[in-house]
This record gives sequence, structure tokens and C-alpha cells, in this order.
Amino acid sequence: MLYFILKRIAIAIPTILALIVLSFTLMHYAPGSPFTGERPLPPEILTNLEAKYGLDRPFPQQVARYVWNIVTEFDFGPSYSYKDRTVNEIIAQGFPVTLTYGSLAFIVSIMVGATLGIVAAIHRTTWLDSLTVGITVGAQVLPNFIMAPILVLVFTLWLGWLPGGGWQGGQWPYLVMPIIALSTSFMASIARITRSSMIETLNSDFILTARSKGLPFHEVVIRHALKPSMLPVISYLGPTFVGLITGSVVIDIYFSTGGIGQHFVNAAINRDYPLIMGVTILTGILTVVFNLIVDILYVWIDPRIQY
Amino acid sequence: MPATNRIFPDSFLLGPSQVTSYRHGNRLVPVDMSLSIRKFRTYAAVLALIICIGMNTAGIVWADVQVTHPVTGEELRESQTFTYRMLDEAPTLDPQLNQDSEGFDILRDLFEGLLNQDSHGHLVPGVAERYTASDGNRRFTFHLRKTAKWSNGDPVTSEDFVYAWRRAVDPEVASDYAWYVELAGIQNAGAIQTGNMPIESLGVKAVDMYTLEVDLERPVPYFPEMTTYATFFPVHRPTIEKHDIAWTRPENMVSNGAYILSEHVPNEYHSRTRNPLYWDNANTIIEKVTGLVINDENQALTRYFANEVDRTGIPAGQYPNLKTQYPDQAISMPSLCTYYFIFNLSDSGHPSLQDRRVRTALSYAFDRDIIIDNLLKGGQEPAYGFTHPATAGFDPQKTDYAQLDQVERDRIARELITEAGYGPENPLNLSLIYNTSESHKKIATVASQMWKQKLGVDINLKNFEWKTYLVRRKNQEFDLARAGWCGDYNEASTFLDVLTSSSGVNDGQFHNEEMDRLMDESRLLDDPTPNYLQAEVVLTREMPIIPVYHYTSVFMLKPDIRGWPFDNVQNNWYSRNLYRVKDTH
Repeated sequence: MLYFILKRIAIAIPTILALIVLSFTLMHYAPGSPFTGERPLPPEILTNLEAKYGLDRPFPQQVARYVWNIVTEFDFGPSYSYKDRTVNEIIAQGFPVTLTYGSLAFIVSIMVGATLGIVAAIHRTTWLDSLTVGITVGAQVLPNFIMAPILVLVFTLWLGWLPGGGWQGGQWPYLVMPIIALSTSFMASIARITRSSMIETLNSDFILTARSKGLPFHEVVIRHALKPSMLPVISYLGPTFVGLITGSVVIDIYFSTGGIGQHFVNAAINRDYPLIMGVTILTGILTVVFNLIVDILYVWIDPRIQY
Repeated sequence: MPATNRIFPDSFLLGPSQVTSYRHGNRLVPVDMSLSIRKFRTYAAVLALIICIGMNTAGIVWADVQVTHPVTGEELRESQTFTYRMLDEAPTLDPQLNQDSEGFDILRDLFEGLLNQDSHGHLVPGVAERYTASDGNRRFTFHLRKTAKWSNGDPVTSEDFVYAWRRAVDPEVASDYAWYVELAGIQNAGAIQTGNMPIESLGVKAVDMYTLEVDLERPVPYFPEMTTYATFFPVHRPTIEKHDIAWTRPENMVSNGAYILSEHVPNEYHSRTRNPLYWDNANTIIEKVTGLVINDENQALTRYFANEVDRTGIPAGQYPNLKTQYPDQAISMPSLCTYYFIFNLSDSGHPSLQDRRVRTALSYAFDRDIIIDNLLKGGQEPAYGFTHPATAGFDPQKTDYAQLDQVERDRIARELITEAGYGPENPLNLSLIYNTSESHKKIATVASQMWKQKLGVDINLKNFEWKTYLVRRKNQEFDLARAGWCGDYNEASTFLDVLTSSSGVNDGQFHNEEMDRLMDESRLLDDPTPNYLQAEVVLTREMPIIPVYHYTSVFMLKPDIRGWPFDNVQNNWYSRNLYRVKDTH
């Protein structure tokens, strides 16, 4: 097992390096530069800016210098668009915010989604099943950028229960709507996967054996069916978590939460090279880490799997 | 040339003694009353107090201090706060690095330059009490007030301005806005940026602690107007040297404006609170100003109605409805920008565009009223000239085609396009580029339909992501391009200079000797207006651009907020001039 983890980490390092070089190259060849504006800068100002940020050096040297600064000093460079901050500071400020509401939305999606899926599977072909399937289909087709304004309209303007946006250090009234908006569609997916997987498990031979032994139905579900039917859900969780983090752009835009989600889009529009790289590398690392966690969970749940 | 003295009207020099504190409620007891009456009064007062305490517990608030506005006498609300929506986080709070209008909104409160603008956009004293212009608008001398202080108690001196202005052109600081110092004509600004001269050679000098002398390379009559922008704000040298780029954090910042930065969470909000050391603090009324970053404008509007923000922009097309429903809150005021289409007059442009008749036909056939009445709906003004008509000192003359009606313009347009040899049997095919945006798309689509129907011109619409669009525009990879221009300062040359040969923004490559001469000459004149009007005539004749509309700024403002500078076309508002009243009627 330890060998497996070490091997995965060893593979991850070149993967991240390849990601850096590829992103850096794509970015470099995108039209425009961080300093392209409606009013073109006089050449002398452009020269000064390029010198300040090292953009006057040959491209391979820029990449090498960038990687070197990360490896030796963990320095992701200055931000070109937020001139008073470094990329490290921007991520240090925004990532905890995103991580907080992202993790909570993750937990909510799993709890609610799995429960709904199990309930629907157990009560298959009853009205309860139809209701659950109805809710999940509704939740899946309602994108969060539609959901967010509706939530604010209802809970802030009409009912006056919750603040319409902001973060305020993560106080709970500020968390409610972002979590609902972010978790709905993931919750729906988890519910659907759980339902079909649970139905499949309930039809398998070992469940029939358990039932024929005379075990009560709810005990069969909890003791025998739950674990195997969660396997497909778990394989879905890695990408889900990363999706929650990168998909938080809508949350940041609509709820002014100040997370890093917005930088995924804005940094690219502004050609803020170091910030694009910073969030890209962060996403890359998250993806690698969560896939690893999922693989470990797999072994834990299903001892038949060996690495 | 004799020195011209420009001193502000006396009323500006009266200082803070004019109005010092708010009037308190009438609670005085006359001294010449007889003892018995006084006793009775005392009993009555005690009784009144008891009643009032009783009322208080019953939920009725007894206002014992009535606060009124020192000038207008309006009753003020107890809580004097102002919260407004920002579209994005300000990229920087460093005055010399700033290039953003929302950043400037904050910096105007935190810092104070030599001069400020009043509610009409006219100049009023800031740190400078007065100034003189000499040597034919080549030298300006500013006399600073001795009462101006930094928020740590240090005096604001002419050295602070010298340091700040040198910083703005310092190649190591590499400010995007260094061009602004060059535009203002300060000696050696250009040479310093290229590294050919030391920063000490910049034409700004501290004659003594409170006298600042500025030498210009060429006459710039509007130089004082330019000092109201952030680039020319002073900064506190010890703070910057100590904290480097982190000096703009609330815990580090030392500033000299009416407000200090009290909190800042990037991409969420920032707040600024009154600066007790500001020289005119006695006249400041708003205690706390908060800027909330809300990217989505509809979301911001919902939060406006939920009373979470006091001011927010109105999303495109919603102004007429909101104006009907909330006539005292929906506001449309001129904003110093013009929307236009550029013709590519260089070799890479369509050859037909070299023909003035083709350009004129396209401009004439373009029905501006349809765009404004059916698409924008924000009280914009149709543009038949480049300079915004609300620009200070610019008295717009109606250009000849502005005086015709659309039917007549269409007729002339058809004649011109036929004369030029284009028509249904020889259709013209042009490309129009714009940056990706719903409203640019609508305008471009309507324009192409008009040209197709009226002139048989086929337009190939191409949209590009912002930076790609800018690169194509700059490299003349288009026939027609959408553009917008906002005045850098409130004077007609900020528009007209764009279309001169020496301009860096002349993306259509329009080169006209008469235009260049008129604008060069204007800098030496005491009254340049006739040159500006003539320049507009040249533009009408040559038609290097199609002016579309002059911008308005449309926003919602809570009705109890007063003091908003509705006549300042640059929308430069200073929080210290705002206040909230108790009664909105």
C-alpha cells in the first residue's frame, strides 16, 4: 500500500511539471498580453513593465525561472492584475474561503444525495421513488447561475432571512445560499448513481441469501448492501470535489464570497500569467490528491481490489 | 508672455470656520427667570424625563439631539453610512499604479491631490489653496495649505508631491499610467521612462515646504484639471519604503484624504472611515463608506432593493421601467464617454473605405435613435460628433448631418453609395469586429441590418474575446471596429487628440493635416474652443469614425442620500460631500 502511494506521488510530480509547461506555453501564445489595453501603452512603458516582470527574457528561460522559484522558494510570483498582491497571497486569501464552502457543499451533496438515492432504491416504483427522481432531475437541470439569483430573491429580498452575499469570515448566514447553490447538481448526480447502484446490489445473489436467512430488510440494506453500492459513488467523488472548487466561479460571482473561483475566469481574461498558473497548478494538485484518496478508499471498502 | 494669475473665488478660501458643527436641539434655560419658575421648570423637566424614559421602554425613541446639515438645514439621519456596489475588486490602491475608475473612486476618498472637483466638475482647492500659471501655461506654481496632514500626523508637504510624481514615471515602479504624466507635459517625463534621464530631472520642484513648482515641456492650459486624477496624488514616502507593495493594506496605509482605509478583504469588500486628521474633517458628514464587490449587476440590483447597498448600476434596458416605478431613485446622468465605429483607413482596410462617400453613407444611414430608444434605453444622446457635448467649456454646435432627419440622411446615403459605384449589383462586403458582449452584439447586429436594408452593404460580424479584439484593432485587422472612448480629463482635447496622427489610439489610421494642425495650435490658445469646433467639422467632412452615442451613467441611489454630484460628467464623487437625511420628502 505504502509502495502504491509513493509510486503515485512519483508519477504526480512529472504530471504537474508537464501541466506547468503546457499551460505556460498555451498562455504565452494566446493573443494579447497582460498589458494590452484599450489605450495601447507607449513602447517605453511596455518595456519597463516587461523588464519588471521578466517577460523580456527568452521563453524557455521564463518557464525555467518560474519552475525554479516554485521549487526553491514556493514563490508563484506577483499578480499582474492585482498589483498590491502576490499570487501566494491571493491564493492564501481565496482558497480557504473556497475550501470551506466547497467542503461543506461536498458533505451536503453526499449526505443528501446518498440518502435520497437509497430511499428511492428501497422504495422503487412507489410514489416516493418518483418524487425523489423528480427532485433530482429538477436539481440537475437547474444550473447554479439560475439558482443563485432565485435564492437571493426569495431569502434576501422577500423573506429577509439571509444576507444577499459576502463572506464575513464564514459566518453561517453567509454560507447557506452558496452551499445550496453549489451542491444541488452534485447532490442530484450522487442520488442518481446511488439509486441505480443500490438497485443493482439489492438484486444480487448475496442479498437474496441474506434475506432468505430471515434478516430484516433494513438490516440487510445497512449491513450488506450499503458498502458495495457506494463503490461507483466513491469513484465519482474525486472529480466532484475538484469540480466543486473549480465550479465555484459562479458562487463567487453571484454571492461575492471572495474565493478563488473567480480567478479561474478573470485571470485568463486579464492574461494575468502568474495567477493563471497559480490556480491551474492548484487544481492540478487537488486532482492528483483526490484521485489518490479515492483509490485508497476503494481498497478500504472493497478488499478484493489490490494494487 | 505675462503671467496670468488664477485664484479661486473668495468663497472657496473661507475655510472650515464657516460651518463648524451641527446645531443641537434647543435645550437652553434662560438665566433671568424667577426662582419659582425655575423650580417649576426643574420639576417639569424631571417629569418630562420620567415620561420619556417610560416612552423609551415602550419602544418610542426620544431624540434629544437633532442633527441638521450645516448649510441646507436638512435633518440628518443618525447613522451616516454609505454602501455602494463595485463591479470588481480594485486592481490596486496605490495612486501611482491605479488605472481603474472604481479604484479612483476609493482613492479620491483616501488621498487628496492639489485640487478637487466640485459637484459641477469645476476645480476647488484641495491640498493647494491656490495656484498661478505663468510662462504661457508652461509653469504652474501651487501654494499648499499648512493644515493638511497625513493620517499619522505628519504634515503634507510639497516634497510628498515630488516623491509621488517621480514615482509615477520611475521605470522601476513601471506604472501603466506613466503616460498620464507625459500627457500632462511635465518636463522630461518621457525621457525618464526610457531611462535616458534620472528621475530627479522631472520638472517638478519643492521650492519650499509648501510651494510646488511644475515646469512643462509645452503649454498645457488644462494642467490643473489633470491634477485631480490619482496619478498626481501625494503618497507617504516612509510608509512605502517600509512596507513595499504591502503598504496599501489597512494596517499599513498612511493617507491624507477625508477617509482612511479601515478594512479590506479583496474581492469581497473594503470600508473607509473618517480621517480625524483631515484638514476639513469638520465638514465631513458620512462616517463610514463601504464598497461591496458584486460582479453580477442583477444580483446587485436585488440587494439594492433588500437595502444592502445604497447605490448600484442599472442593467442595460431596465432604466425606463425603474424610472417609472422609482422616479426619485433611478438616475441617468451624462458620462464623459462616446461609443463609435472606426473605419480602417490603412492599406489593410477594404479599399472602398478610402472613399469619403462610402464612409459618409454608412454614417448617415445609421439610425442612432433606434439604438438608443430600443436597445439602450438609458437616456443616452445620439452622437453626430466625437466630443461628448457635456464636456466642460465645449459648446457643441450641431454638425450638419445632425440637423437633418433620418429620412433625409437615408436619401443622401443612398445617393452617395451609388455615386461611389456600389449597390445591389455591386454589393459592398465589409467586416465589423467587436469584443464579446451582449450589448455590443445587439448594436452591431442592428447596424448591419440597417446597412443591408438601406444600402445593400453586407456586413460580416466577428466577435472576439477582449484582448484578442484589442490586438486586432491595434494591428488594423478589420474594416470596421466598435470602440468607446472616455475622457481622461474634462476638456475637449481628450477626445479630439485621439484622431490625430501622433495619437497612440488612432486605430483606424486617420491622418489629416488640418486636424493635426488644429489640435497642435489649440494648446497655445487662451480659448481653444473655435479650434475644437473646427476639428469636429473636419471629422464630419472626413468621417473617419461613425459616432454612435454619448454615454450616460445610469444607477439607482437611495432617496435619503444627498449631495451626489449630478452635474459632474466624470462622475467624480467625494464621500465627504455626501450625507443622509432623515426625511426623504
